[in-house]
Amino acid sequence: MSASDVDQLYQAVIVDHDRAPRNHGPLATATHRATVDNPLCGDIVTLHLRIADGVIRDVSFEGRGCALSRAAASILTTMLQGRDRSAARALAADFDAFVQAPAADPAMPGLGELTAFIGVRRFRSRRACATLPVRALVEALDGTEASRDG
Amino acid sequence: MPDAQAWRRDFPALEPPVHGRRLAYLDSASTALKPRAVIDAVVRVFTHEAGNVHRGVHALSEAATAAFDRARADVAAFVGAAADEVVFTRGTTEAINLVAQSWGRANIGAGDAVVATALEHHANLVPWQALCAERGATLRIAPIDDDGRVDLAALAALLDERVKLVAVCQLSNVVGTIAPIADIARLAHAAGAVLLVDGAQAIAHLPVDVGALGCDFYAFSGHKLYAPTGAGVLWGRRALLAAMPPWQTGGEMVAQVSYEAARYREPPYRFEAGTPDIAGVIGLGAAVAYLRSLDRAAVMRHEARLHGELRAALAAASGVRVLGDPEAAVVAFTVEGAHPHDVATIVDHEGVAIRAGHHCAEPLHRRLGVHVSARASLALYSDDADVAALAAALSHVRRVLR
Repeated sequence: MSASDVDQLYQAVIVDHDRAPRNHGPLATATHRATVDNPLCGDIVTLHLRIADGVIRDVSFEGRGCALSRAAASILTTMLQGRDRSAARALAADFDAFVQAPAADPAMPGLGELTAFIGVRRFRSRRACATLPVRALVEALDGTEASRDG
Repeated sequence: MPDAQAWRRDFPALEPPVHGRRLAYLDSASTALKPRAVIDAVVRVFTHEAGNVHRGVHALSEAATAAFDRARADVAAFVGAAADEVVFTRGTTEAINLVAQSWGRANIGAGDAVVATALEHHANLVPWQALCAERGATLRIAPIDDDGRVDLAALAALLDERVKLVAVCQLSNVVGTIAPIADIARLAHAAGAVLLVDGAQAIAHLPVDVGALGCDFYAFSGHKLYAPTGAGVLWGRRALLAAMPPWQTGGEMVAQVSYEAARYREPPYRFEAGTPDIAGVIGLGAAVAYLRSLDRAAVMRHEARLHGELRAALAAASGVRVLGDPEAAVVAFTVEGAHPHDVATIVDHEGVAIRAGHHCAEPLHRRLGVHVSARASLALYSDDADVAALAAALSHVRRVLR
C-alpha cells in the first residue's frame, strides 16, 4: 500500500459527503428504523425510512462515526428514495459484495456514488465502517414497523 | 543521553519498512515489540526445552521445568515479590478475573461493595460488575477530575465498612495519569478493604515494588512488557492467596486426587490448572532479564523526556486536543474535524502506528466528553524521529480530509 491508497480511500466524493452529509437528522414520519453499531470503534448509525405501498418514500440518517461510515450513510440515503424493498435489499447486497471483493476486481454497475468506496477494499479493518449503513438498511427492512415517534 | 538507538537495534520488528516508510511504532500500550532476547528464548523453548513442565523426568521436561521455575523467580524479583506469590495467568484480564472469581466469591456477599475508579480499563471494571451482580453487591465508581486524576477525597468518602475491595489502575491506558497507589492503599486498608492494582501499563514504565506500593493484588501482562502474548501475572499477598479457593480445577493444581475428591496444592500452583503457556512464561522471564541488562533509570529518563516531546508536538499541532494531563507513556488526543479512525488510517500510511477507538475504556471516554480518541504511546525503543513522524503525519491528515 502507499499514500495513493489513502487518497483513493478518501476520494473527493467521500470527503464531501462526510463534510456535508445529505438527509442527516431525524425523520418524524418514519415507518421503519434501525440502529447498528460497531463495538470495535464505537461508530453508530441510525437509518430512518418512510415506506408506503412497499416503496421507500423518505429516508434520513443519524449517528456518529468516521468519514467512511458517515459518507456511506449519506450517499446511501440519496439512492434509496423510490426503491421498493427488494431493490433496496439488492443495493445493500451489491455494495457489501463490492466492498469485500478483491482489490483488482472491476467496479459494479448500479452502485452510483457508492463506487467511490472501491479504495476500502485495500483496508481490511475499515470495510466494516463502509458497510455499517447498509447493515442498518437491512435491519430496518427486516424489522417490524417502527412507532411514529420521530 | 541514553542510547535509544542501541536499544532500537534489539527489536527486529522495527527494521522492515511499513508502507514504504520507516516504522514509527507508537502503539506499545496495545502491545510492545519484542527484543531479540525474548524471541531467542521462545525459539530455544521449542528447540531445546520442548517438554511439559512439572510432569516428566526426561531431559526435555527437566529443561523446561528449570527454565519455567527460573522465569517465576526472575519475574518475582522484578516486582519485589517472593516466587510463591507469583501466579501465572494469560494476562492482566485473567489475573483480575481470578481475583474476582476466587477471592471475590469467597469474600463479597449481599450488601457489600466494590470500588473502582472512573479511569478503569474494561478489564478492571467488567469483572467487578459481573461479581457484584452475582453476589448482590454494589459497584461504586470513584470520580476523577478533568485532568484524569483520582479524586482522593471523593474516593475516601466512598469507603465504608461495606467496601471489601478497591480496584485501581496504576497508570491509565488513556489519560496517562499515575495513581497515588500508596495513598489509596492506606485509605483502602483503613476501611478494611483490600487493594487490587491493574499494572498493565505501569509495569513497563514505572518502577514497581509491590511491597512499597502497599497493595494486596497486582496484575500485569507480559506482552506489554516486551514478552510474548499469552502469559501474565497475578501477584497476591501470601496470606490472601493461601486462603483463596481455586477458580479453575484440573491437573497441576492438585496435591492428591481420588475418584471422590481432591486436595489442592499451595499457591501459586493452586491457581494454575492445566499446562501453562510455557514459552510465554519463559519469554516473560527473558524480557525481565533483558530489562535488567539495561540501565533502567536511563530508560525511564529517556521515556520521560520523550513523553514531554510528544506532548509538546501534539500541543503544537493545530486542532489537536489532548485528553487529561498525561504523566507517562501514553497521550490520547482528538483532532478537530477528523474521526480518530480516519486519523489512524492516514498516519499509518505515513508509517506511523497509533491506536484509535475507545481503548477498552468506553465509560472513561464518555466521562471526558468524547466517544473515541487517537492514542500515541511510547516504549524504550521510541525516539525523537517517531514523534517527528507523528507530527508530520498529522499535518497530512488535513490534506487528505481537505
